[in-house]
Amino acid sequence: MAMATDVPKEGFRLSMLIYDTRYRSYTIQLVVLVLFAMAVAWLLNNTVHNLALRGKEFNYGFLWQRAGYDIGQHLIPYTNDDNHFRALLVGLLNTAVVAFFGCIFATILGVVVGVLRLSRNWLVSRLMTVYVETFRNVPLLLWILLSYVILSEVTPLPKDFKVTDEMIAAGEAPKASMMLFDSIAVTNRGTNIPAPLFERGLGTLDLGFMSLNLTFWAIAALIAASIWVNHRIVASARATQESTGVRPVTWWKSLLVLFAPVIALLVALGFHLEIPALKGFNFQGGILVAHSFTALLIALTLYTAAFIAEIVRAGIMAISRGQSEAAFALGLRPNRTMSLIILPQALRVIIPPLISQYLNLTKNTSLGIAVSYLDLRGTLGGITLNQTGRELECMLLMMLIYLTISLTISTLMNMYNRSVQLKVR
Amino acid sequence: MKKSVFFGALAATTLVSGVALAGTLDDVKARGELLCGSNTGLTGFGNPDASGNWTGFDVDLCRAVAAAVLGDPNKVKFIPTTGETRFTALQSGEVDLLARNSTWTASRDSELALDFVAVNYYDGQGFMVKKDLGVSSAKELDGATVCIQTGTTTELNLADFFKQNNITYQPVTVADDSEAQRQYLAGACDTYTTDASGLAASRATMPDADNHIILPEIISKEPLGPVVRHGDNNWGDIVRWTYYALLIAEEKGITKANVEEVLASTTDEEVKRLLGASGDMGAKFGLDNAAFKNAIAAVGNYGEIFSRNIGEGTTINLARGLNALWTQGGLQYAPPFR
Amino acid sequence: MSETHAETVTFVRDTMLPPVLPPVGERGAVKWLRENLFSTPLNIALTVAGLGAIWWLVTASLPWWLNSVWNASSLGECRQIVAANAGEGATGACWAMIRERWHQFLFGFYPPAQWWRPVLSFGLLFAALAPVLFAGQKRNLSIILGVVAAYLLVTLYLASAPGLPFVLALVLIGGLLALAQMMPGRLLWFTLIYPALCFWLLWGGSIWSPIVAMAGFGVLYAVFRLASPLIGLAPAAGAGIVAAVLWWLYAEAPVVSALHGAFPIFLQSINSDQFGGFLLAIVIGVTGITFSLPIGILLALGRQSDMLIVKSLSVGFIEFIRGVPLITLLFTASLLLQYFLPPGTNFDIILRVIILVTFFAAAYLAEVIRGGLAALPRGQYEAADALGLDYWRAQRLIILPQALKVSIPAIVSTFIGLFKDTTLVAFVGLMDPLKGVTQIVRADIAWKGIYWEPYIFVGVIFFLICFSMSRYSMYLERKLKTDHR
Repeated sequence: MAMATDVPKEGFRLSMLIYDTRYRSYTIQLVVLVLFAMAVAWLLNNTVHNLALRGKEFNYGFLWQRAGYDIGQHLIPYTNDDNHFRALLVGLLNTAVVAFFGCIFATILGVVVGVLRLSRNWLVSRLMTVYVETFRNVPLLLWILLSYVILSEVTPLPKDFKVTDEMIAAGEAPKASMMLFDSIAVTNRGTNIPAPLFERGLGTLDLGFMSLNLTFWAIAALIAASIWVNHRIVASARATQESTGVRPVTWWKSLLVLFAPVIALLVALGFHLEIPALKGFNFQGGILVAHSFTALLIALTLYTAAFIAEIVRAGIMAISRGQSEAAFALGLRPNRTMSLIILPQALRVIIPPLISQYLNLTKNTSLGIAVSYLDLRGTLGGITLNQTGRELECMLLMMLIYLTISLTISTLMNMYNRSVQLKVR
Repeated sequence: MKKSVFFGALAATTLVSGVALAGTLDDVKARGELLCGSNTGLTGFGNPDASGNWTGFDVDLCRAVAAAVLGDPNKVKFIPTTGETRFTALQSGEVDLLARNSTWTASRDSELALDFVAVNYYDGQGFMVKKDLGVSSAKELDGATVCIQTGTTTELNLADFFKQNNITYQPVTVADDSEAQRQYLAGACDTYTTDASGLAASRATMPDADNHIILPEIISKEPLGPVVRHGDNNWGDIVRWTYYALLIAEEKGITKANVEEVLASTTDEEVKRLLGASGDMGAKFGLDNAAFKNAIAAVGNYGEIFSRNIGEGTTINLARGLNALWTQGGLQYAPPFR
Repeated sequence: MSETHAETVTFVRDTMLPPVLPPVGERGAVKWLRENLFSTPLNIALTVAGLGAIWWLVTASLPWWLNSVWNASSLGECRQIVAANAGEGATGACWAMIRERWHQFLFGFYPPAQWWRPVLSFGLLFAALAPVLFAGQKRNLSIILGVVAAYLLVTLYLASAPGLPFVLALVLIGGLLALAQMMPGRLLWFTLIYPALCFWLLWGGSIWSPIVAMAGFGVLYAVFRLASPLIGLAPAAGAGIVAAVLWWLYAEAPVVSALHGAFPIFLQSINSDQFGGFLLAIVIGVTGITFSLPIGILLALGRQSDMLIVKSLSVGFIEFIRGVPLITLLFTASLLLQYFLPPGTNFDIILRVIILVTFFAAAYLAEVIRGGLAALPRGQYEAADALGLDYWRAQRLIILPQALKVSIPAIVSTFIGLFKDTTLVAFVGLMDPLKGVTQIVRADIAWKGIYWEPYIFVGVIFFLICFSMSRYSMYLERKLKTDHR
């Protein structure tokens, strides 16, 4: 009792809210919160007022109206009779497919260039330096525009592929020929690639709001299952190795598990490729990949690869020479040194900046606007917005979707990052 | 927060373009400048030249309005707008008037809350193909690759047309007219579709114009005209009647060169009213009585604007066609000025 | 010993052999080639591939460069000249377009008679940056200022600046040089007034608008200094902000008009729609990075803060901005900002774009600065606490100077990225050099169908600017590294 009366002589005074460090942070937070709430209320109020003033309302009903426009590249079935929501999905998938392939190609190219830049070969390392510096210091937009121009100006016309009887008689070759065993044709209209077809497909499952292509999902599920089984095989091999010191031979099991079921399923479904062929003025059959896609992909790949190359170079250089010397001293062969000593350590340095490059690449797909690639911005934030005049709804939805994509990628990659990082204490 | 207030204050003192939304005419007068939403660059219709002066068919309409309202055709600020930003720019008051070859449609009138006040160019969507394609009708374009600009009504028309005729096509979307022309010339598409005027303009500037033909089908109506915000009727009237004044001037043979002469000598009552020699028609719009005379003196009559920018004799070389005066079998018809 | 040796050994060398050159394969160019280009089969293959790539590039583009045409009035004329010089079917660059339109790529529609103003602002930018980059280093400061003076002499002459500004600019630079010799610390004051000066030079109008607007900061500081002994730091800062806001909202306009009435000093007013080309890119880039720096610092501190609400707001803002593409933010500036502001508010699209770009850069800078803060050893924070410094003093005197110094290279990279991204403003209808100006040039009948030349021209300029900045940041990085080791 005596103690209690002794110490806190002063009661609570209002000024303590400001001067007493115990309470000050609460005061500041309260002020910030009030200011923030006021700002939000002000913005909302303005928005409501402005909407009323223009006689507009805020609702997403327009998403279920007929879109009425065509999208050249659609990964899921789409016609101009579908609604705006379907168009949005098509756009979203178009964004995703560029981002996906862009990340893969940029990583491959970036690693190659990053390693080559450290090469002892003077010419090659200089060439790579020139490449990296050129691409890093010029806006991405220029590369997109330029690759688009190059693709449509340099590639041959479809009719250059034509082989006529007179030409055969004269022994002339056509001006252009198809690539990869006559399966791919690059013309100035786009790239024709073979289309995978199934004689006995599984059909589609109609879920009401969207339909699922069962064939596609069956194959995807099978591949996922194979990868999982393979993972288990490798894990058990590792366990055996750790307990007995002898690693059982697994490569043939892995190969079998990874490829046999998929091949079996493909055969069962009657898989075959439809090779594009020149009929009339255009190539028919197969899939036409528009140049807007290719140009965007090439530009994004080359641009991001230049950044990744720098990251890889920095990562490898960050590993001290002592590490490889120690590995050699232990008698490890060079490639084992690389895969067991250098790479795992370099990866820890490489992955965090690599994640932000993947995020940048994904966000940069929105520059497809320059070549009118109908991605999420082109459909939802472009034509739909323009035809319906619902800029508030469209823009907010689009930002939300981009935000979700970014946060998902960064969460996934950060999880991966945590799994490879050095566990400290 | 602080920063935006600072910016706001900065804007208030130096850069603010004035409060819009109510009384556009008063705003324009107070500002001493007309804000005109223009194209980011379309040959013949609106494009800045090497010294930054905007010229073109749509641009001249803006200049006429500026001359009518402010007495000076150069008191216009051209604000380039893209297909995506144009209507928002108008709605938000960023521009007073949109003269940017925009098509008048029902949904734009209703849903977007805009007012199309007149049609200064009757257009229609057409197709251009290379002669050696051997196509003479758009209905033979089955399976064709079509170059098309995004953000316009043309893509909707195109989808409808091909659907009605039960034929298929492969769209190649492009960002702007010059890009579309480049793609088409490079052979990246079999046919290029846009407004027939645009096709003619493109064709005229091609190095091998004779190798290209414009197909006879016009698959849509594209009435292009100036747009104002919904709800400011007086301002809409001013733009509409400035345009009609240019039409009446052509009908009555008043040109940029002879307007003063006509004013002095005319006995035609309608001309007198139009030029502000009698009556108070200008004042009824809240303008100077000589407003419409100023507009004509600044840019000439409709025919002069047409032939100067896009008509026969220019590189673009468009015939008047539907845009001839009604007296000459066209659709351009102005209500009586009384 | 030697005698026995001589008897047992048949030959003993008693003179030195003259030094012999290493074998041909081990010296000079051959050795270099062997070691650097042809050491292993893989290397040989790479070298051959590299040479092949160079050969292909040169043969494909050399004729085009060699057949360049500099004097023509249209693309058609260019093609005719190329055909006449190099035969039918030859390709050639048409640089005549650049010759005719270069000023639009650089200045947009800025009136030619006023070109000296952006040129002067650009030169003074370096004079303003110098004290930040070379704080206290007299020699470097003088070199930079000397270079700026030389640059201004040449460019102002080329831009045919009128006499008075020409003289004033050189007097200003001379004054700064003298200041750099005598009290280099004071040069920072020029850095502080530079934004207002630059604003006035570029946009014109009465000189009093920027002065009175800057005076708002003076009001803030005065109120803060007067009030802080009475009511403490934080409330004084709040009072200062309120006073400054009141000044900007209510006092500014009348004061400006009164001063302008009394002393009318003004430049021809230039609307921002006249801005274009690299002028626009640099204005947006530099303004964005300048204004985003303080916001970025605050956000970074907020993210490090213990206060939950402040922290979550900062994190939310940073992650939101970093999670969406810049292009959506630009469309927000163009399409949505009017919804969020009171009805009737309407200001310049360039200003709106700058605000959004500032937010964008602030979020990225916040992360950069956070990295700098994280790089500081814990001991620095503890030492500041041990000295009894309060939060802001500790930040200002101990933490931020070190953290910012560490993050300078990353800030420069952010700036390079931002500068490259300014090209995206073309999509909201602004005249950026890459797409906006190129589009109006290509819409001109004379130049319709031209595409390589503008892209190459603009790309080269971008490369020169960004490359020199990145080299500078690498130099800084090296310099800062040695400090730490």
